[in-house]
Amino acid sequence: MMEFILGHYNYWIVIFLMMLGFYTVISRGNMVKKIVGLNIFQVSVFLLYISIGNVSGGTTPIIAEGFTRYSNPLPHVLILTAIVVGVATTALGLALVVRIKEAYGTIEEDEIHDQDQSL
Amino acid sequence: MIEQQLSLLLVAVPLLAAPVASILPNGRLPWLLALVVSWLCLAMAIWQFIIVLDGHIISYELGGWSPPWGIEYRIDAVNAFVALIVAGIAAVTMPYALRSVEQEIPKKQSSLFYATLLLFLVGLLGIAQTGDVFNLFVFLEISSLSSYVLIGMGRQRRALTAAYQYLIMGTIGATFLLIGIGLLYAETGSLNMVDLHARLENALDNRTVHTAFAFIVIGIGLKLAMFPLHQWLPNAYTYAPSVVTVFLAATATKVAVYVMLRMMFTVFSFSGFVRGTPADEMFLILGTAGIIAASIYAIYQRDAKRLLAFSSVAQVGYMVLGIGFGTALGLTATVVHIFNHALMKGALFMALGAIVYRIGSSQIDKFDGLGRQMPWTFGAIFIGGLSLIGIPGTAGFISKWYLVLAALEQQSWFITATILLGSLLAVVYVWKLVEVLFFRETSKNSKIKEAPLSLLIPMWLLVLANIYFGIDTRLTINAAKAAVQLLGVAP
Repeated sequence: MMEFILGHYNYWIVIFLMMLGFYTVISRGNMVKKIVGLNIFQVSVFLLYISIGNVSGGTTPIIAEGFTRYSNPLPHVLILTAIVVGVATTALGLALVVRIKEAYGTIEEDEIHDQDQSL
Repeated sequence: MIEQQLSLLLVAVPLLAAPVASILPNGRLPWLLALVVSWLCLAMAIWQFIIVLDGHIISYELGGWSPPWGIEYRIDAVNAFVALIVAGIAAVTMPYALRSVEQEIPKKQSSLFYATLLLFLVGLLGIAQTGDVFNLFVFLEISSLSSYVLIGMGRQRRALTAAYQYLIMGTIGATFLLIGIGLLYAETGSLNMVDLHARLENALDNRTVHTAFAFIVIGIGLKLAMFPLHQWLPNAYTYAPSVVTVFLAATATKVAVYVMLRMMFTVFSFSGFVRGTPADEMFLILGTAGIIAASIYAIYQRDAKRLLAFSSVAQVGYMVLGIGFGTALGLTATVVHIFNHALMKGALFMALGAIVYRIGSSQIDKFDGLGRQMPWTFGAIFIGGLSLIGIPGTAGFISKWYLVLAALEQQSWFITATILLGSLLAVVYVWKLVEVLFFRETSKNSKIKEAPLSLLIPMWLLVLANIYFGIDTRLTINAAKAAVQLLGVAP
C-alpha cells in the first residue's frame, strides 16, 4: 500500500494540481483568477508528460560512451510545444481581461452579468 | 510527386500568407491576399479530393522522418472531404468578407483581422490533413486561439465576454484532449493514428486506455459543442462579426465532429472498443437530448443569430447520433450532414450578416417586414430554412433521410421520433423568422435597400448548393461511402 502511494508520487502531484486548477477555474468569478487556475491545470498536464518520459535509472538522452539507458526525450519535446500553446492562451486570455475591464469597469463575472442583464 | 506535396502545401500556403497579410497596409490589400489564398486552397483541396476518391491514399512524411516516428500527413477520402468543405466555405466566405468587414471592423485592424482569419483557416485545414494526434492538438489550438481573437473583434462589448468564455471552455477541452493523448502515448509509445490503432488492439482492456478515451471524448465534445457542453457556442456565434460567424458556424464544429470520427474509428476501433464502453449509448442519449432541448431553446430566442446558434447545437446532435449508431448508415448520415450543415448554416448566417449590414442589428423584433425590402436575402433565409427543416429537394433532407434510415435499421423508434420532432421544432423557429420578415407590417418611413451584390452572390451560391446537393447526391454520398469503407465499418 505504502509502496503504491510512494511509487506513484508523480501522479499524485499531477492529480492534485489538476484538481486544484480545475476547481479554481470553475469556482472563481474573478477573471484573472480563472486564468491562473487554467494555468495550474495546464501545468499539471505538462508534469504528467514530463514524468511519463522518465526512465528509472535513465540518463539524459545523448549519444556518447556509457549512455545506454536514457529517458525518453519525445514527451519533453512535445510538452515544449504545449507550453508555447499555454503561454499563448494565457496571453490572449489576459489581453481579453484587459479589454473587458476597459469596457465594463470590472472583471467579476457576476457584476458583468448584472450589467448585461440591466440593458 | 506533386500530389504528395499537395497535402502539405494546403496547410503551408495559408500559414505563410498569414504573417504576410499582417504586415500589408490596412485596407483592401490583405483581403485580396486572403481571397487569393483561399481560392488557391480550394483548388488544391479539389485536386487532392479527386486523387483520393478512388481509394488512393496520399502519405507525406514531414522532414523526411518516416512514420510512426515522424509526423505523417495521411490523406484519405475522409480528410480530403473535410478539407474540401473547409476550403470551399473559406473560398465562398472571402468575397463576402470585403463589404461586411469594412463595415464591422475598424480599418486599422483589417490587416490583422485577415491574418487571424488565415490562421484560423490553417488550423482547420491542418486538423483535416494530419495523421498524427499530437499535431492534431496543435492545429486545434491554432484554430481555437485565432477564433477567440476573431470573436473578440465583435462590435458589442459582450463579444469580449463571449470570447473569454469560449477561451476558458475551449482550453479545458483542448487540455483534456492533451491528457488523453499523453495517456495514449504512455501506453503505446506512438502518436501516429494508424500506428496507434494497431498498437491499441492488444491494450484495449487497459485502464489507462479507458481513461484516455474518456478524456478524449469529453475534450472533443467540448469543441464540437455536444449538448450539454455547448454553453460557449450561442454567445460566441451571436456576438462575433458576421463573417466570423459564417465561417465558424460552417466549419469549426464540423471539423471537431471529424476529429471525433477519427478518434472513434481510426484510433480506437468502434466495434472492438467503443461498443464496450458507455460512449455509444452516451452519444445517442446526448444527441437526442441536444436535438430536443436546443431546438426548444432556439424557439425562445429574440436574437436571430442566437436562434441559429441554438439550431446549430441541435444539428450537431444529429451528427452525434450518427456516430452513436456506429453503423454504415449512421456514419453516412454524419458525414453527409457535416457537408450539408456547412452549406445551410453558411447560407443562413450570410443572409443574417446581410441584414446586420443594412440595419445594424440581429434582434428579431427589428426585422418587421424586412423580407419585402430585401427579397433576395429573404429568399436565402427561406430556402436555407427549408434545408434546415429537411424538406425534400434540399440538402438537409438527404442527411435526415439517412439518419432516419439508420435509426429504423436499429429499430429505435424513440430516436426516429426524436429526429422527426426535431424537424418539426425547426419548422417553428424557421417560421418565426419568416413570419417577422415577411408578414409583419414594415415600420413607417424606413427605406432599406437590398444587400450589395458582393454579399448576395456568395450567399446565393450556398443557397443554390443547398438545392443542388439536395437533388444530385453523387458527390456527398460517394464521399460518405468511401469514408465508411475507410473507417472500417461493416456495411
